[in-house]
Amino acid sequence: MHRILSKDILAPDVARFWIEGAHIARKRKPGQFVIVRTSEDGERIPLTIADVDKQRGAISIIVQGVGKSTKQLNALNVGDAILDVAGPLGRGTEIHPNARVCCIGGGIGTAVVYPIACGAKALHGQVVAIVGGRTKDFVILEKELRAVVDRVIVTTDDGSAGAKGLVTDALRGLLAEGATFDEVVAVGPLPMMKAVVALTKPLGIKTTVSLNPLMVDGTGMCGGCRVSVGGEQKFVCVDGPEFNGHLVDFDELGARLRAYREQEAESLRLYNERVACQAISN
Amino acid sequence: MAKKITQKTKNAMPLQDAVARAHNFEEVALGYPVDLAVLEAQRCIQCKNYPCVSGCPVEIDIPKFIQEVAERNFEGAFKTLMDRNVLPAICGRVCPQEEQCEVKCTLGVKFEPVAIGRIERFVADYASLLKFADDTPPAPPTGHKVAVVGSGPAGLTVAADLAKMGHGVTIFEALHKAGGVLVYGIPEFRLPKAIVAGEIEALKRIGVEIKTNHVIGQIFTVDELFTELGFEAVFIATGAGLPTFPKIPGINLIGVYSANEYLTRSNLMKAYLFPVSDTPTIRGKNVAVIGGGNTAMDAVRTALRLGADNAYLVYRRTRREMPARREEVEHAEEEGVQIMMLAAPTAILADEHSRVRAMRCIRMELGEPDSSGRRSPVPQKGSEFDIEVDTVVFAIGQGANPLIRNTTPDLPVNKWGNILADDATGATQKPGVFAGGDIVTGGATVISAMGAGRKAARAIDRYLKNPSADGYSPTDV
Repeated sequence: MHRILSKDILAPDVARFWIEGAHIARKRKPGQFVIVRTSEDGERIPLTIADVDKQRGAISIIVQGVGKSTKQLNALNVGDAILDVAGPLGRGTEIHPNARVCCIGGGIGTAVVYPIACGAKALHGQVVAIVGGRTKDFVILEKELRAVVDRVIVTTDDGSAGAKGLVTDALRGLLAEGATFDEVVAVGPLPMMKAVVALTKPLGIKTTVSLNPLMVDGTGMCGGCRVSVGGEQKFVCVDGPEFNGHLVDFDELGARLRAYREQEAESLRLYNERVACQAISN
Repeated sequence: MAKKITQKTKNAMPLQDAVARAHNFEEVALGYPVDLAVLEAQRCIQCKNYPCVSGCPVEIDIPKFIQEVAERNFEGAFKTLMDRNVLPAICGRVCPQEEQCEVKCTLGVKFEPVAIGRIERFVADYASLLKFADDTPPAPPTGHKVAVVGSGPAGLTVAADLAKMGHGVTIFEALHKAGGVLVYGIPEFRLPKAIVAGEIEALKRIGVEIKTNHVIGQIFTVDELFTELGFEAVFIATGAGLPTFPKIPGINLIGVYSANEYLTRSNLMKAYLFPVSDTPTIRGKNVAVIGGGNTAMDAVRTALRLGADNAYLVYRRTRREMPARREEVEHAEEEGVQIMMLAAPTAILADEHSRVRAMRCIRMELGEPDSSGRRSPVPQKGSEFDIEVDTVVFAIGQGANPLIRNTTPDLPVNKWGNILADDATGATQKPGVFAGGDIVTGGATVISAMGAGRKAARAIDRYLKNPSADGYSPTDV
């Protein structure tokens, strides 16, 4: 059991938790994830480790409530415990010293990009972060990034914060200004990552993406998280989660993510009904 | 010895009705009632040279426990079993007895052998019903500490044996539940999870500590188990956990699974109870499972129970070459599984939503024997045909999981990534590190993994007392 030490709301339906996990905190490298489970019949949910506090023996996870399992997780509060937390899983980010890196986070993807940006700074890199969201409310970790990296650019679809437009517009702007990068790290919705890759590939800028496919065990056993990278079969849980974005088959991954759409909707409907019933009976 | 044989055939195992059981996850085989178990035990002629024992990887005193059942001394029989085998309810259900103890039974020379496995199961179930405890006191604590990586059959056996010798044992399990393949792989209808949980509880009672959600290679490396946690020996039993897929088009379509994923979703995550449980699975109407082993049988029978109208088992050789237990193949057919022999998939075809709509197969013929001694399947040109399916499950073997290998560079492995370990002791070339089960042999059986655990326990005990006692012997590779 891993006790929840703190919780704050970063955006609508997006919560940041600090939870007990001394051994995980000690071993974790940026880019790695944990698998959590909140109840006996619950799903195993893969989540990036957003931050660690070795002194306190704690790890931070950021959860967007989308389906039943993530909403159920987000309903937990300080003092509650998470039944299972397994990790750190996956390979850590390969960060090169002194690299010029552009870290692009879209929505909840910023939670994945943040530790990578911190890691790059720790290795004396020059880091620019581009953080995108649908509106002002969906831009997360801006303050945290400003405290760490050299420059932060915010974009929103409606212009309610930062520049109106997409993260790719901001990247295009930076490149037009003459900025040069050894590497771009982009994490966010699949269409966003695909758009970034479409921009960087012709320019030959190394681009790393972090993938979040369907996953069960997270240790290489089930093969459910397989993706095609450069025509080869890779298991995200043990070979990733980060890959060369220029080689990832995003369309195939997108289709696989929709495998259980109907079941997920049904599960969420039943959950919402139950929550509504409880609210009435209270 | 001068016993007269009055019954030439085994007493049949009562089974759940085939039509009913194809639609539920309750246990298929119901077990012998008391009188039938005694009757079957009385078939044993108590021959002098008891060849059955040499067929048992954990060397149970088979004639003794059978005799005790024949005399209705069930508690005595249970103690005899527990003396050599801490998982009798599991072994009585999933061991391939027909290839091990029973194939060597003297009675079997002329008639059907004694149903040793069924009697073993009876004793274990009867004991748990009446709550007989194994009250043999464990040896006094030795102060030595051993880490076991993986809680499947090999890990559980080595842990039990070492704990009985008085050593401190901690099992590290990557998943949230202990049992390894016994809980994620073998379905409820063949091995109820409550049985596994019961036998694991018994291990905890003799002092074995189990840490779930601990992925060794990630949270601690093998070296850190020694240096940071103070273990003096490590036994690696991580199983064969990396699914393989053929290199054919369509392998990443929605509805294509490895048997591991299909079975893990259903067994460990209870997807058959969805939406009561939270993990979904595709409940295909027409399901093809590729393979001919026990895992393939488990997957195809699961497909029926998840509601398939047609559950096909597609195998590239013939029934004769199938590695699955014959009893399992028979049970599958009784339930309605349709076996397609001499066929192999060449492509999986998609609908417009990237979901499986059909599988293209090619007919095979058996050619010359290959290195395994089995006649190898040869594709017949121009014989392709399509079968309409919406779900495809591959049960065609497992590779070695890379997590330990990647983080323990001084632990030699073979070209398939399996750990090199001495056959007789489980010793690897890395001092203090032992290994056994599927991570060494590749996919095999529950009992052979237990046999490896048993041998390793003795070797680890010797090693703890004298670290230069056993070594890795390369001639065994």
